[in-house]
Formats: sequence, C-alpha cells, structure tokens
Amino acid sequence: MTFINYASREINCKIVYYGPGLCGKTTNLQYIYDKSNPGSKGKLISLATETDRTLFFDFLPLDLGTVRGFKTRFHLYTVPGQVFYDASRKLILKGVDGVIFVADSQVERMDANIEAIDNLVANLSSQGYDLLKIPYILQLNKRDLPNVVPVDEMRKQLARKNPMEPSFEACAAKGTGVFETLKGVAKLVLAELTKAS
Amino acid sequence: MPAPDIVMYEEEFNLIKQNISKLRVDANAKVVFLVDKNGQQIAAHGDIENLDTTSLASLTAGNVAATDGLARLIGEKEFSILFHEGEKDNIHISIVAQRVILVVIFDEKSSLGLVRLRVKKAAQELNDIFTKIMAKVEREKAAAGSTFESPFAEITDEDIDSLFAE
Repeated sequence: MTFINYASREINCKIVYYGPGLCGKTTNLQYIYDKSNPGSKGKLISLATETDRTLFFDFLPLDLGTVRGFKTRFHLYTVPGQVFYDASRKLILKGVDGVIFVADSQVERMDANIEAIDNLVANLSSQGYDLLKIPYILQLNKRDLPNVVPVDEMRKQLARKNPMEPSFEACAAKGTGVFETLKGVAKLVLAELTKAS
Repeated sequence: MPAPDIVMYEEEFNLIKQNISKLRVDANAKVVFLVDKNGQQIAAHGDIENLDTTSLASLTAGNVAATDGLARLIGEKEFSILFHEGEKDNIHISIVAQRVILVVIFDEKSSLGLVRLRVKKAAQELNDIFTKIMAKVEREKAAAGSTFESPFAEITDEDIDSLFAE
C-alpha cells in the first residue's frame, strides 16, 4: 500500500525480503546499509536473537531521491525465515508494495526454497494479495558457493509467474547483485504507480 | 482485499497537524505522532529533533501488529490501547479510525489518566478527519472514472534509472 503524501510531496513504498532461513535476507539489507550514502539512509533496525537470527524483522528506510517532484522513500523489511515464525511473517507482509524472494542456491536448500515460496503465496493471499499481481523479483543468492543448483534449473523450479518473474544472481555477502535486485523491484513498484490505481 | 491506498491532501494534513499539536499541549506530552498500520509515518509534533521518527514508526506498527495477533489468539478483536512505562518516559499507543496508530510520548509532567482522557477526545476528531479523507479518495476516483490519470503516469525508465545513479 503505497502512501502518497501530497502535502509533504513524498511517496513511501514498502519492500519485503522473503525467503527460507539463512538465505541471506538480512545480509542483503546489511550490504545496502553499508554502501548507501549516509544522508539517504536511516538506521538499520534489527530485531534479532543473540545468535543473530532474525526474530521479528529488520528494517531499513532508504531515500532514493526525487521523481517528478516527489521524494521517494523505500522502507525495506526482512521477515524471519525460520519456519516456526510464520505468524510474524504474515504481519510483516501487511501493506507490502513489492516482494523480493531470496533463494538459497545450495542444492540442499532447494526444498526449503520451495517450501518458503509456497508459504509466501499463502501468506500473501491471507492478506488479500496475489503473488501473480504484485511487483515481485527472484534473487538467486549464494552463487559463489561450490554446490549450487544451475540457474536455469532454479528458475524452472521457483518461477511462479507467467511470463517468468525477473531474476537476479547474487552473492549478498560480497554485494554482487544486491543493488540490481533492489533496483529491479523498485522499478516494478514505481511502474505500478504509473498505472491508474 | 487489502485496504485502499491512503492519499494525503494538504487540507486534511493541516487538520491532522492541528489536531495532534493541540493534543500535545492538552495532554502535556513531549511528542505526539501518527503512523499508519503499515509503519508509514503520517505526521509528528513535539520534540522530534533528536528522535528517529522513521524507526519509531516502523517499530510501533510492528508492535501493534504483534499485539493484534496476540489479541486474536485469545479471541479478542484487538487491544485498542498499549502502554509502555519507562523510568522517565512513557509511551501511550492507541488505534484510531481502525487504521491509524496514535502515539503519545510523555514524562512525569503528565500522567496516564490525563493522556488517556485527551487521547479519547482527539481520537474522535481524527476519526472524522480520516473518514473524510477516505471518502474524498473514493469520490475523486469515482469522479475521474476510467479517465483517472495517476500523477505518476509520466514516470519514465530514465527517471527510475537516475534514482539509482551513483
């Protein structure tokens, strides 16, 4: 739910990073935080356990600049990936404008990826959204590891849209593909705004 | 279905600002601010210079969402008021017009009783303002009908690319 404020000339959009546990959602946000201009980013809030597993969400506000006289601000959220935090995941999807699914490319995590995507579809629909209709990007993360599933195979198994959703290869720990992914979803979200609502 | 988009116009925005600044004075509070349930800050008033209001907004919304979840688990519709007591400062959170969150931060210069009383009155006025806003959004959409043009219709790929230019 994009919030357009004509009074202060601001557009606020909410982007959610979704994916199985330990796939690198928080790492994506951390990299964006580290590399963004201090003037354009807010504080990175991380509600995590003592072992750095996300407990509720991570949050990073990011100012991207002005479009047609409107200040565009993106609120980036991650969800907790672990299966038993499902109730929290549902809450964070409230009012979402765009979703990035971070998939773990390792062979042994493919089942977890599929389970998490199915969970995303179900949780979106419980909030009244349809994955097929909202801005959505697939990120294939951890491409630098040795035991990865080939890109074509991953896309085949994880694609839910027709035509297939855009996907980006990434290595979030090193930053490869992180901004490309964010830009991909930002484009879709802003493109959505250009349509009559 | 998801709730419709909030669109804030100058006129109502000023009414809201007046309302929360009055509430701040009446309740003798330090800060009053309004957040929508998705964590977007709508308006803020008071000593906000040293306050990270963006983070405050998202955490408040998270807090309210989690509490809503708890309420439903035990068969309640919602907990309409949350109160956090600190050593010096306290936070009073309430839901207004079913969709926005009113947050009041106050210290020993005020009291929970006073804040609750003033919030109740302000909430009624805010309720009316938000009902008006939603009606206005609906009306404008209906009036424009199929010819409705988003003010962002002219956003181009170049505009978006330039946002990401280093």
